[in-house]
Amino acid sequence: MSIQQFLTIFISSVFIYNVILSRFLGLCPFVAISKDTKQAFAMSAAVTFVITASSVVTWLIYRFILLPFNLAYLRTISFVLIIAALVQLIEMVIRKTSPVLYRAFGIYLTLITTNCAVLGAAVLNVDMFFIDGYAVAGGFYYAVFQGFCMGLGYTLAMLIMSGIRERLELCNVPRAFKDFPLAFIIAAVLSLSFMGFSGFKF
Amino acid sequence: MKDLVREFTKGIFKENPTFVLALGLCPTLAVSVTVANGIGMGLAATFVLLGSSVIISLVRNFIPGKIRIPCFIVIIATFVTITELCLKAYSPVLNRALGIYVPLIVVNCIVLGRAEAFACKNSVLSSLLDGLGMGVGFTIALIMISGIREFLGSGQILGHTLIKGFEPVFVFGMPSGALLVIGLLLGLFNVLKNMKS
Repeated sequence: MSIQQFLTIFISSVFIYNVILSRFLGLCPFVAISKDTKQAFAMSAAVTFVITASSVVTWLIYRFILLPFNLAYLRTISFVLIIAALVQLIEMVIRKTSPVLYRAFGIYLTLITTNCAVLGAAVLNVDMFFIDGYAVAGGFYYAVFQGFCMGLGYTLAMLIMSGIRERLELCNVPRAFKDFPLAFIIAAVLSLSFMGFSGFKF
Repeated sequence: MKDLVREFTKGIFKENPTFVLALGLCPTLAVSVTVANGIGMGLAATFVLLGSSVIISLVRNFIPGKIRIPCFIVIIATFVTITELCLKAYSPVLNRALGIYVPLIVVNCIVLGRAEAFACKNSVLSSLLDGLGMGVGFTIALIMISGIREFLGSGQILGHTLIKGFEPVFVFGMPSGALLVIGLLLGLFNVLKNMKS
């Protein structure tokens, strides 16, 4: 475990392999809810929270249940169910303990269950931090940190996108390119600019 | 008979999952770098769609309405696991190229969407045709996008050079090229739709 490793994870999952702009995970909410900065921020806060929580749970389940019993092939099934259950649980806890928070991003939580960014982060963590069925030293901390950073990358892309789209509301765009097609073209330009980070090395 | 044919063809044109419904775009964009990857992904998704549609329509009368979504997810995940293991065993190269996007078929909106909107309400035969049609539509869309990207990005289709002396535009092989191609294609489909109406 080293600071440098953490820094590499941070830079690569926020900028170089940005969850949305380079890995294409969680595109549906990215084009659907990115018209309003407030909503976009609430959604990405919810995503960041769930990705971090699910990184913790899925790493533990994989390490202490699936691997010892030789059930690694059940990874996909178990991760999907764990994430679905976890999201339900978080939703219930937030609704009971903090109605304000629930009103702010509660409705987005249900949407997140089938968000590919969450499952993608869990699968990536397992792919990267387990080698030949053994956990990498400090892998748990790396996995959780990587989950959190992917959430940050998601937030960054969402905020940039919603800022641009809010201004575009006032512009006169061709009818055929309204909404979805234009959102993708903006994302293409954003992704192009994020490619500039890919030379970063430590 | 005519109805059955319609169940099959609607997924290809009228309700094409990628271009008309704009569902399941994540894997479409991520793996469409080469046509071979596109076909592999399309076939894998078609298999999952077909299998899960048939099984879900078989058990649709036994699943209580309240817990239907978790049940669908388990059935879909089973087929995804089968696909994953088969790919690992018989085509490790393709498996490596598709990477994490194979397990992510589980959360592909097309599959769950068809289960919820069609398979849990219709007979086995029409669900089978619906699943197959959607899968074929998805595969065609993938082949189109990956064809454009592979040709512009590397000047080749399926590894064969088409035009000699064509200078490839590398950006089309990169993530931003995928977003650009899908944005322009969706716009093009809107233009066609507007012309029709």
